[in-house]
Amino acid sequence: MDLAWLGAGIGAGIAVIGAAYGIGRLAGSALEAIGRQPEAAGPIRTAMIIAAALIEGVAFFALVICILLAVKA
Amino acid sequence: MSSDTLAVNDTLAHNSEHGGSDWILHHIMDANYLDFEPFGTLHLPQLELFGFDISITRHVFFMWVIALLLILILSNVAKSYRKSLIPKGLTNFFEILIVFVRDEIVKPTIGHGHERFLPYLLTIFFFILFGNFFGLIPFSATVTSNIAVTATLAAFTFFATQMGGIISHGFFGYFKGLIPPGMPVALLPLIIIVEILGLFTKPFALCIRLFANMTAGHVVILSLIGLIFIMQTVYVAPVSVAFALFIYLLEILVALIQAYIFTMLSALFIGMAVHQEH
Repeated sequence: MDLAWLGAGIGAGIAVIGAAYGIGRLAGSALEAIGRQPEAAGPIRTAMIIAAALIEGVAFFALVICILLAVKA
Repeated sequence: MSSDTLAVNDTLAHNSEHGGSDWILHHIMDANYLDFEPFGTLHLPQLELFGFDISITRHVFFMWVIALLLILILSNVAKSYRKSLIPKGLTNFFEILIVFVRDEIVKPTIGHGHERFLPYLLTIFFFILFGNFFGLIPFSATVTSNIAVTATLAAFTFFATQMGGIISHGFFGYFKGLIPPGMPVALLPLIIIVEILGLFTKPFALCIRLFANMTAGHVVILSLIGLIFIMQTVYVAPVSVAFALFIYLLEILVALIQAYIFTMLSALFIGMAVHQEH
């Protein structure tokens, strides 16, 4: 009956939902842009990777807090 | 109670006494010994200085290995340019990386005067790259998954940014330049607080991003392999190992991407501080 573990699990799940939604939309826009202008595929790919890493960075904030919860309990 | 039930109860007790996830933490965290599991362990010296614990731990040892490797390889690369400007062999390979950092990361973001920051940015790019890759070698440790290491790298970027800005614009000029031009006076206190906080949150995000990326990757691999032991059956092994292999390959990509992102964001912050007009 350890609520911290439950909280950590639910928190990690919600963080992953947010990150996956954001990166999914990012990938959709990037692919659409590449489809419109295939010559710009290189710069678009670079910008996509940078934006994905930034979004993932924010999701990892939540993950770190969840790990702290799960470990300190 | 039959002997089967007693055996099952015994196994369950043994499992929960082991702790569900303690072994995962044991494989990720720093320790005072080097672990070559079937062959034994190597204890590292524990030193203390004025009450501070400066013992040589696993991460310290591998940081020294990485530093030594970088010094040997990169000084070799630099020396080979004295013989001929056309690179051969190892120099050729590292020239690809160095030119990539200079032309794709540093020159577009810092622009004019980027040569001053090139040594620092190249150093952290190669250190993070080697640090991330060393984590993928068996029996080794991921130096960049230690939050102290990533916090130090972020602190270096923080100092480089502030020094770059202060040298370019003067001490008060730099802080005055943080405020966007044409700001209504009523918003000034709020903007000052937000900008000062922003100075600190950006390196903090750098630190957490690298630390969490490296730690999470290793936790996922260990959890997938650990499924075999949790389910206590060998038939889950093919699936488990296949997934773990896939995540391992993804980790190689993540190692490259994280080194690139850290360097790119550091260059971006330095560029924003040095060319505040933009």
